Amino acid sequence: MTSDEIIDLVEMVVLVAVLVAVGKLFQRSKASGRLGEWWNSKSRVEQWAWLVPLIAVVVLIPVINPPFLTTEPGTNFPITMFNCALYALVALGLNVVVGQAGLLDLGYVGFFAVGAYVAALFTSPDSQLSKIPYLWTLPLAMVVTMFFGVVLGTPTLRLRGDYLAIVTLGFGEIVRLLATLMPPLKGNVGFQDVGHPPGTKADGGALFANTNGTPWYMLTIGIILIVLLLVGNLERSRVGRAWVAIREDEDAAEMMGVPVFKFKLWAFAIGAAIGGLSGSLFAGQVSFVNNQKFDVPTSVLFLAAVVLGGSGNKVGVLLGGFVIAYIPFRFTALASYKYLIFGVALVVLMIFRPQGLLGARQRLLARGRQAYQRLIGRPEQLSSDSSLVAEKAGDSA
Amino acid sequence: MALLELIDVSVHYGSIRAVHGISITVEEAEIVTLIGANGAGKSTTMRAVSGIRPLSSGKILFDGQDITKLRADLRVVRGISQAPEGRGVFPGMTVMENLDMGAFTRKDKKGIAADRDRVFDLFPRLAERRTQVGGTMSGGEQQMLAIGRALMANPRVLLLDEPSMGLAPQFIQQIFKIITEINKQGTTVLLVEQNAQQALSRAHRAYVLETGTITREGTGKELLSDESVKAAYLGVT
Ligand SMILES: Nc1ncnc2c1ncn2[C@@H]1O[C@H](COP(=O)(O)OP(=O)(O)OP(=O)(O)O)[C@@H](O)[C@H]1O
Ligand SMILES: [Mg+2]
Repeated sequence: MTSDEIIDLVEMVVLVAVLVAVGKLFQRSKASGRLGEWWNSKSRVEQWAWLVPLIAVVVLIPVINPPFLTTEPGTNFPITMFNCALYALVALGLNVVVGQAGLLDLGYVGFFAVGAYVAALFTSPDSQLSKIPYLWTLPLAMVVTMFFGVVLGTPTLRLRGDYLAIVTLGFGEIVRLLATLMPPLKGNVGFQDVGHPPGTKADGGALFANTNGTPWYMLTIGIILIVLLLVGNLERSRVGRAWVAIREDEDAAEMMGVPVFKFKLWAFAIGAAIGGLSGSLFAGQVSFVNNQKFDVPTSVLFLAAVVLGGSGNKVGVLLGGFVIAYIPFRFTALASYKYLIFGVALVVLMIFRPQGLLGARQRLLARGRQAYQRLIGRPEQLSSDSSLVAEKAGDSA
Repeated sequence: MALLELIDVSVHYGSIRAVHGISITVEEAEIVTLIGANGAGKSTTMRAVSGIRPLSSGKILFDGQDITKLRADLRVVRGISQAPEGRGVFPGMTVMENLDMGAFTRKDKKGIAADRDRVFDLFPRLAERRTQVGGTMSGGEQQMLAIGRALMANPRVLLLDEPSMGLAPQFIQQIFKIITEINKQGTTVLLVEQNAQQALSRAHRAYVLETGTITREGTGKELLSDESVKAAYLGVT
């Protein structure tokens, strides 16, 4: 190992340790209820008063360029931050599918790719199609990927078990292969000069040039906030409750009258739309789309972001996305060990924090305990506690 | 007219035939029980009634209407709800959230509140444990929660799949008392049980299921004194 590698490794271990510690702290204060109590005791306005400065720091990070966090001179820091935000958005979308509804999607990159190609096809001069302004490709990508999600989900979401994982895995590969094989999608040659949002800088250059990460980052953060708000509202609604029920026990959910198929399809389609949205953002910033970025390992990285952050926890998966994207940029000396590192990190994390950095309540814990009870096959005794139904016991005894 | 009627129902898992041409009738306000050995097809029958498992042939009528092809969630709306085998409470949800899930198809806030009170009345322990997470409750408490949750749908027929499974003897007694109580309050009950003694003495009518077919039927009392039932299910020789 070179000294660069050693320095990177040590720094990375520090970073991961800090993250895990923060996660633990967060969990403890949450478990004791203090954090939640404190937060809930605030009015909506006060909550925002805390959130706004926090958001301001997050938004301005690429400009602040903090010393330990910076990825320069290796990679331009704002660009790194854009990629982190992009992964965070992807994780947020995938979390709807995996974390909220409990559907294992191994081909999420397929939707990401479709979104990227929508942006490319409708804005790049290399495409034969008529052009539309770049910003319009964002909603268009969402509509198109949602359509793909429905087409893919309709036959598969009716089935129980692991079919979905296999079908989505296949879908991701099919999209990539189609991009390679279908002449209009231009394979490896790809599309140059994908569009970007309007706006010019003081020096006359484009504001959203692909070398200028900060506006792209801020745009992405803005989109994340909107998506967060929408997803959060869904989560608290009837739809969100139905997702939790499906995730925890699909049969029981069905017996309670949850239209399981319909809600799974919704989760899948919403997730797909957010994936498509991320894809078109990616295409815009990189300004170039070809068939190279949309492989299975990328899907796995997306999933890793969700698991690492804490499947089912919106804030957690955002953090997970940031971390997964950030590590290879920051610890460049270790870049060739990227997957090895993620693999080891995930294994270690699963040992110490099986619920992810910021887990979703005690759900997993509760479920684990239940599974354990079943495993040891103990007939769950109900002690001799007859107070359980004391009133009823009296009347006919 | 019977409230629930299974006519010549067969159910397959792939090529495995779990239930073969059974017919069951449940009249309004009855407790009907289905007893049989492990693997006889009792749970399969219940799942078919709830619409979780499709029929390979036969018909299911509810309140005179054919519901054979009706989606599971719409059956709940019509008034069929089930406490599944092994309880199937939502482990990460609190008692209240679990009960709310039971009322998922309902919009009548007043009715829901009234039914919640009724459930808490039947199971005082659930009222004490409102905020406890389902997965951390004891087996018996989970069973109460599963039954309570099914009641929250305000069903016309309540399907109970082995409510006494894994419970201590004195608690089995109490669960059966509560089932009788629920029935007295006006809910029809279709009950699957291993505990034949209790089930038969509480039920108005009963069916014996053996490897997917019905071999005996009659009133609870008749089957209690039936020699072959005694030998096979009551441990009397
Ligand atoms: N998902 C499944 N796939 C394949 N076969 C199944 C499945 N579920 C049940 N079976 C089979 O169908 C038959 C009936 O099962 P069922 O669960 O209905 O029995 P049961 O009467 O409820 O038994 P128990 O008293 O043990 O709960 C059994 O032979 C079982 O192995
Ligand atoms: Mg069974």
